[in-house]
Amino acid sequence: MAEGARPALFVALERLGRVSVELVEEFGYYLALCVECVYWLAMGTLRRQPVRVSATVQQMVEVGLAGLPIIFMLSFAIGVMLAIQGIHTLKQFGAQTQVVLGIALSVTREFGPLMTGIVVAGRSGSSLAARIGTMSINQEIDALRVMGINPVRYLVAPVMVAMLIMMPLMALFADFAALFGGALFCKLELGLSYRAFWDQTVNFLAVDDIMQGLAKSVVFALVVALVGVSNGFSVTGGADGLGRATTRAVVLSISYIVLTDMFFTYFLNRG
Amino acid sequence: MTAAIEVRDLVTHYGSRLILDHVALEVGSGEIMVIMGGSGSGKSTLLRHLLGLNRPTSGSIKLLGQDITTASAAEMHALRRNMGVSFQGGALFGSMSVLENVMLPLREHTELDEQTMAIMARMKLEVVSLGGLGHLLPSQLSGGMIKRAALARAIVMDPKLLFFDEPSAGLDPVVSAELDELILKLRDSMRMSIVVVTHELDSAFKIADRITVLDHGRILLTGTVAEVRNSSNQRVQDLLNRRPRQEEIDADAYLRRLTGG
Repeated sequence: MAEGARPALFVALERLGRVSVELVEEFGYYLALCVECVYWLAMGTLRRQPVRVSATVQQMVEVGLAGLPIIFMLSFAIGVMLAIQGIHTLKQFGAQTQVVLGIALSVTREFGPLMTGIVVAGRSGSSLAARIGTMSINQEIDALRVMGINPVRYLVAPVMVAMLIMMPLMALFADFAALFGGALFCKLELGLSYRAFWDQTVNFLAVDDIMQGLAKSVVFALVVALVGVSNGFSVTGGADGLGRATTRAVVLSISYIVLTDMFFTYFLNRG
Repeated sequence: MTAAIEVRDLVTHYGSRLILDHVALEVGSGEIMVIMGGSGSGKSTLLRHLLGLNRPTSGSIKLLGQDITTASAAEMHALRRNMGVSFQGGALFGSMSVLENVMLPLREHTELDEQTMAIMARMKLEVVSLGGLGHLLPSQLSGGMIKRAALARAIVMDPKLLFFDEPSAGLDPVVSAELDELILKLRDSMRMSIVVVTHELDSAFKIADRITVLDHGRILLTGTVAEVRNSSNQRVQDLLNRRPRQEEIDADAYLRRLTGG
């Protein structure tokens, strides 16, 4: 038995070691991608290889505008649900009218950015991994390199910039959509006018609350872009590998988003 | 004749597996060199190294006098303007039209105006007999057309070096013969040095000035078409006559492989 147990322990340890190394490697890769993007954004023009504005705008449309309807729908629904739950809870203290505070804070600090991050991860993270993965399989990435076109500059930097600009804007949009959902339900349930809902919201909210949400969305933008791109570049083995990378990109970016959200919230609310 | 490509003592590994074993190669200016070999001979790896896509373990690769194993990013970038590559599957960008694909190197490397770039790209499309088809997307092209479009993109900067990966793979004999003609025409009209990687014998014999035969990561032979045809080397003759490999079986090693020991 002892002989059997030792190898099993070794195998487990070896696996743990291997996973740890892979994890460190992956984060190192994210960091390297980040640094390279910043380099090309800063030095590209000087080296006569600028990051194209047209490509960035195109990505902004793909990441942002095309995702607005779904973000509106989901955020609106979240707003309604927060109102329902809030009224239900506060009713027990006879304080239903305080529901606006709860909705306003949780939407701007939490749900607006989180919802946006998850939707963008599902839409753009997967399409990013699939697009770059397909290009990798078809040797298009090699073709770029032999043409002297740096793939990070040409493919990654525009996406990164587009995400960093669009994600906070979309989070803000999601805030409004969710507040609208909450206001609508409060009007129907409590007879609270839109005007009163809005006035209370503006009254309660500090700039800090909104900025906290937007700061998170910037981090989410980085997460979705880096995870999507790196999974795309790492595709090997044809259609199978492509499917795996796409799934992995979505699952990983949503997991990272929720986890970073938790840490962010913890550290931002300690004081 | 000055050498356009000079490879010395190239050793490369994939992980710990030896892929290329002290490969030496010289391609003269204006010469068509065909690199031949079966699957797994290392010819694709050699091409990737010639293109500077992989880093070798040791050895030197000089393209137009510049050692790409030690070149800086800026030197490499300058060198890439003088290199054209046509990949096996074309590697055209699916989201761009054929014309935009061909214009891409001009757009990234020159500051010409849009109209001039379009005219230059259309001229190259005429060279490869795709005139008037620039508006199509790569997905709308046939296999032969994709190869020709990729060739047009490879030559749009008028490179001194042209690399062609498996020009005949997946094409019918007529289309493949047309491509061979096109390669010869390009060399004659533009004085390019051309490296073609292929396992198609007919095509190799038709276009090559010299042929290098790779086998198991080593160069078996480099010589003219006649020299290769008349070679007494058993492996070369196996390749030429499509004979299956006659490998001697080591009984002990065989048993070890089976038992995984």
